[in-house]
Amino acid sequence: MALIKVSGVSLGYEGKAIVTDLDFEVNKGDYLCIVGENGSGKSTLMKTLLGQKNVVSGKIEFGDGLKQNEIGYLPQQTPVQKDFPASVKEIVYSGCLNGCGLRPFYSKEQKKRANDIMDKLGISDLASDCYRELSGGQQQRVLLARALCATKKLLVLDEPVAGLDPVVTKNLYRLISDINNEGTTVIMVSHDIHAAIEFASHILHIGNKPLFFGTKEDYQKSDGCHCFICDGGHEND
Amino acid sequence: MIDKIVSYFSYPFVQFALIAGVLIALCAALLGVSLVLKRYSMIGDGLSHVAFGAMAVATVCGLAPMTVTLPITIIAAVILLGITSNSKIKGDAAIAMISVGALALGYLLLNIFSASPNVSGDACTTLFGSTSILTLSKSDVILCAVLAAVVILVFVLFYHKIFAVTFDEGFASATGTNAKAYNTLIAVITAVVIVLAMKLVGALLISALIIFPALSAMRIFKNFFSVIISSAVISVICAVIGIFIAILYGTPVGSTIVAANIVVFLICLSIGKISKKA
Repeated sequence: MALIKVSGVSLGYEGKAIVTDLDFEVNKGDYLCIVGENGSGKSTLMKTLLGQKNVVSGKIEFGDGLKQNEIGYLPQQTPVQKDFPASVKEIVYSGCLNGCGLRPFYSKEQKKRANDIMDKLGISDLASDCYRELSGGQQQRVLLARALCATKKLLVLDEPVAGLDPVVTKNLYRLISDINNEGTTVIMVSHDIHAAIEFASHILHIGNKPLFFGTKEDYQKSDGCHCFICDGGHEND
Repeated sequence: MIDKIVSYFSYPFVQFALIAGVLIALCAALLGVSLVLKRYSMIGDGLSHVAFGAMAVATVCGLAPMTVTLPITIIAAVILLGITSNSKIKGDAAIAMISVGALALGYLLLNIFSASPNVSGDACTTLFGSTSILTLSKSDVILCAVLAAVVILVFVLFYHKIFAVTFDEGFASATGTNAKAYNTLIAVITAVVIVLAMKLVGALLISALIIFPALSAMRIFKNFFSVIISSAVISVICAVIGIFIAILYGTPVGSTIVAANIVVFLICLSIGKISKKA
């Protein structure tokens, strides 16, 4: 069975639907990119997948033994975090919390895993640095490491490159790609249609109703894609 | 001077004041870090006014203050901390509204119903604490110690969860931590600490006890653990110094402790600035 199966789902606020008739599934190892304009319901869809919102109608099923608390999540930064006194290590470790249950402290294995992940993302030498003094790209790596601590199966990313410069953006995308190649399923919400086409395996384009769902090859041939790229208008290729 | 301190120390009321003062200062500082970082600095102010209002109601009805104050303050805390960005009234406005409302109604009730000849004196005592910490009974101190022990235990057991919920509520709840439950937990212990702290510094100065040690610690330290520890240490030191000065020179206890906190904050601020430049 698919990792996530969304059938006939409508989403919205206070019972008022802003997206209707969503049908798609995410399989193990997929890299799904959810694109669409502002207000098209991307974030709402993501919050629903994360179990923070209820569907207005329809059904979302988790397969492959995926549990609600086994999803790694890279949220957008909040204003609170800008002057938060926390070391990189403290933040990355906090990703392990969903494996703790009622146990008050982290286990040795959890700490080891977190350290390995920091190694992999190249932030080990920042471990005792203060989060608020890092660069934007380093901060995103820290939050990505935290998200990886929370999951082995599925990573959900909310506009991970917002506010980063092109070089850092590219590196971060590559990193996410590597993580995906190692078997973690990735769902990314993004404005960046070009990156979506470059890195994702599947694209979901929404705007009040689902405009497209399928592999990126099919998407590139579709009308929605051309329309979105031209309207976006920041690159003419 | 030392003789004077030692001789004062032999009085039980001085010992009680010190024990209670240290415990309350410790709890307030622990919570303060989380509250300041969550942008709830004013909650101490708001809840203390609610507690003042509740105390007025208790006085008017002739009930024991604690039995009325504690539950009402807890309810107010849960409501205030539970108000999220989604609600129609934003957090700070809600705090201001409840705070001013409770203060006004409390004073109104005291004025209308109180049999005491000096209402504004009574209100002043509740608000500024004056000398009430020097009049604690043994049972007051025991109650204080038990509640403080509970707060510290909760804090130690849920330390990592409190960190996660403070740093990033969205992530915590998305990955299966029950953020709402921990927010409620923080709200409840905040209310308990505030009701306790009213005895020490009075309703008006509680905010100071909650925010100053946290802010001082944050000037110097850069990770959550050291901020928590140093904020607790700063708070306890200031409380002890404040109580001693208050007893030696007859100054009001609450204001003296806050004054000590302000001095420490200024010192930390300079240390932070200097170490940044270096």
